[in-house]
Amino acid sequence: MTKVLVVDDSNSIRDMVSFTLKSAGYETIEAKDGQDGLSKAQSDGFDLVISDVNMPNMDGITLCQELRKLSSFKFTPILMLTTESSGDMKQRGKAAGATGWLVKPFNPEKLLATIKRVVR
Amino acid sequence: MSIDLSQFIPTFLEESVEGLELMESSLLELDQESDSETINSIFRAAHSIKGGAGTFGFNDVTEFTHLVETLLDEMRDGRRKIDQDDVEVLLDSVDCMRLMIEAIRDEVTCEDDKIAQTSILLEKTLAISSHDSNKSVAADSDKIDESARTALCWQIRFIPQHHLVQTGNDPLLLFNALSDLGELSVFAKTDDLPSLSDMDAEELYLTWKLELISDCSEEDIKEVFEWVEDECELIIEQKPQGMVVNENVVNVNEEEELPSDKLSNEIIPSSGEKTLETKTNDSEKVATKAKPEVGSIRVGVDKVDGLINLVGELVITQSMLSELGNDFEMSKVERLVSGLEQLLQNTKELQESVMRIRMLPISFAFNRFPRLVHDLSKKTGKEIELIISGEQTELDKTVMEQIGDPLVHLVRNAADHGIESADIRIAAGKPAKGTITLDAYHQGGNIVIEVCDDGAGINRDVIFAKAVEKNLIDAKDVLSDSQVYDLLFEAGFSTAAEITDISGRGVGMDVVKRNIQSLGGRIQVESVHGKGSTFKVHLPLTLAILDGQLVKVGSETYIIPLIAIVESLQVESDLINRVSGDMVLYRLREDNVPVLPIYQLFELSAECKEVDNALLVVVEADGQKVGLMVDDLLAQQQVVIKSLADNYQQVDGISGATILGDGSVAMILDIPGMIALAKKIGKENSPSIIQDSIGENA
Repeated sequence: MTKVLVVDDSNSIRDMVSFTLKSAGYETIEAKDGQDGLSKAQSDGFDLVISDVNMPNMDGITLCQELRKLSSFKFTPILMLTTESSGDMKQRGKAAGATGWLVKPFNPEKLLATIKRVVR
Repeated sequence: MSIDLSQFIPTFLEESVEGLELMESSLLELDQESDSETINSIFRAAHSIKGGAGTFGFNDVTEFTHLVETLLDEMRDGRRKIDQDDVEVLLDSVDCMRLMIEAIRDEVTCEDDKIAQTSILLEKTLAISSHDSNKSVAADSDKIDESARTALCWQIRFIPQHHLVQTGNDPLLLFNALSDLGELSVFAKTDDLPSLSDMDAEELYLTWKLELISDCSEEDIKEVFEWVEDECELIIEQKPQGMVVNENVVNVNEEEELPSDKLSNEIIPSSGEKTLETKTNDSEKVATKAKPEVGSIRVGVDKVDGLINLVGELVITQSMLSELGNDFEMSKVERLVSGLEQLLQNTKELQESVMRIRMLPISFAFNRFPRLVHDLSKKTGKEIELIISGEQTELDKTVMEQIGDPLVHLVRNAADHGIESADIRIAAGKPAKGTITLDAYHQGGNIVIEVCDDGAGINRDVIFAKAVEKNLIDAKDVLSDSQVYDLLFEAGFSTAAEITDISGRGVGMDVVKRNIQSLGGRIQVESVHGKGSTFKVHLPLTLAILDGQLVKVGSETYIIPLIAIVESLQVESDLINRVSGDMVLYRLREDNVPVLPIYQLFELSAECKEVDNALLVVVEADGQKVGLMVDDLLAQQQVVIKSLADNYQQVDGISGATILGDGSVAMILDIPGMIALAKKIGKENSPSIIQDSIGENA
């Protein structure tokens, strides 16, 4: 089963992303911020990481950089879930090694459709 | 396909309320010197609310919060200086957002002028420094070309950079997504493939030519490549249909032989399966959709763990006892007794733990005060600092909900009447900035909340004069300080020279007192003229359980709240004073305490009808002592309060009922209610004298 790590400091967003993914048959693990996400990533392998950008303790950009340093995450798709759709934001994400971005407002159908571009 | 997310709305709302509280408290701290974490945390809160609101389609919240977020973003990036006016606008915005969130929660439409005004204000503020970079948030997505809707043949040249796979992108999956748009043919080009020795296994050397027959627009195709547009060369051309070039077809399967181990041959499967699966899940979810709950409590995991432990012990005790009961002999009595003791212990601990779940730190009630004092300080033009301590003190949730308003009133009073304006303070040799202190602590089984100011204090002469003017007391009366302060809580009493819109309408203090009393608490005032005043609110920790003294009157058992009892004594006949008729006063040291025989109040037949040698329980309420005459004192115990009004109807002099260990029902006496009842009965019997004798002690 495709295993997804969902990182967001907002409970409701995390629940919703997780719920949407589960309803489409994905397995999900949740983390409440970048720090939490990183430690979960270190102890487990994932097929996809979906992470918020603005989070306490460790933001999504840093998480992305840290994940790319791990050999097991070298090719893993990492999507940034963000409301900031400006080019600057995308550039920063890309520079950190992000695969792509999902623009909030979060739409379940769109989420499932777009992540198919990076996971099976 | 639609996925129902409405089950997450309550979580979102709760989270938003928390976010707004955080925004508010951080905004109050925010100034030029604040570190970036403060503004970041405010930004994050706004950001989450906007994101969630957008997801659930609460567009008014999204639009409004977007303005707030933009302003915060400018502050965060240092593009905008943090000035007090902007902070005020943001604070107003928080109020508006709260209104909107509450409207969603209550499922009403939210139409408030304040929201429109504030959003105009926000826009104005934003316009002042308009190097706004992300104005066109929604604009891009709107300009999708609607014209091209006939099937077209698109020819796409896709030349990815070598490092594409290292960002987690996979060309095959992109093609997969493209194939959802229409009929796709894929031709891999191996022209750029280096020799084996130069090849890096982690790099991508292939390029592709794709042909897509679809009615989609160019935008749709570009969207698929959205995430890789900077890492590839992408040429999209439209070709007349039917001219599909079939030369040089390299089937994708050939890639198996190619070095890029990342690629596999599962290209372009039908994507129908997953969609179907999701649909069935959906219909189930719709059925289980529940109405949002009225309220919920967040409980620490440690508390839940504790409960589970206790329940475990309870189960062990239960199994021990049931085993004991299977074939019971008298020789096992000792084990039975110890088992029952254990059961008692378990039950008690379990009860305490369950009660603790309802306990929340009083910071929930205190949180609103920094903002309140900030606003009051602005309105009155007085500099006021708020000091909060003891915010970790825990209190029952229901008590907390009801104590908020009385506390707001006390704080308003302190700011309005207590703290003087800066020049008066300086003239009195005090710092220009006034201080209001909020404190909470446990004392016995109660919680004490103090609202303390270092202002002018209460001028007892002014109050006295005012009370005389209002005919509340007689000019010749001699009153102690605390008796004078109690006058503040009389209905219609206000000493403020001018009525302001903050306080001073004379409504309020009496309501404050009533509210506190209805919670089973009391309020106490201490004040030094010129130095400040302290209002102390004593409250029971919980409304569900009461420490009570069981007393017997005739065949009935009553419960007197322990908190109301001053002392219990055996009547000495030479201290009895018969005033007139039925009225009896008992001399208790320097006080004359009216004696209320409970059997008379409730029309019972008691064993002991004579005051001489009777047992007297002296109770106090509203600063008034009375002696309740009872037949016998029984045990003291904790009783669970059952509402009489809910189960039967309101009865004068009774605040509730409980069920005793033997299964019988016992009434809990409502002491202030009984005193009022006694006054009423007294009035009917002999109007003036009794009235006075009770009144004297007030």
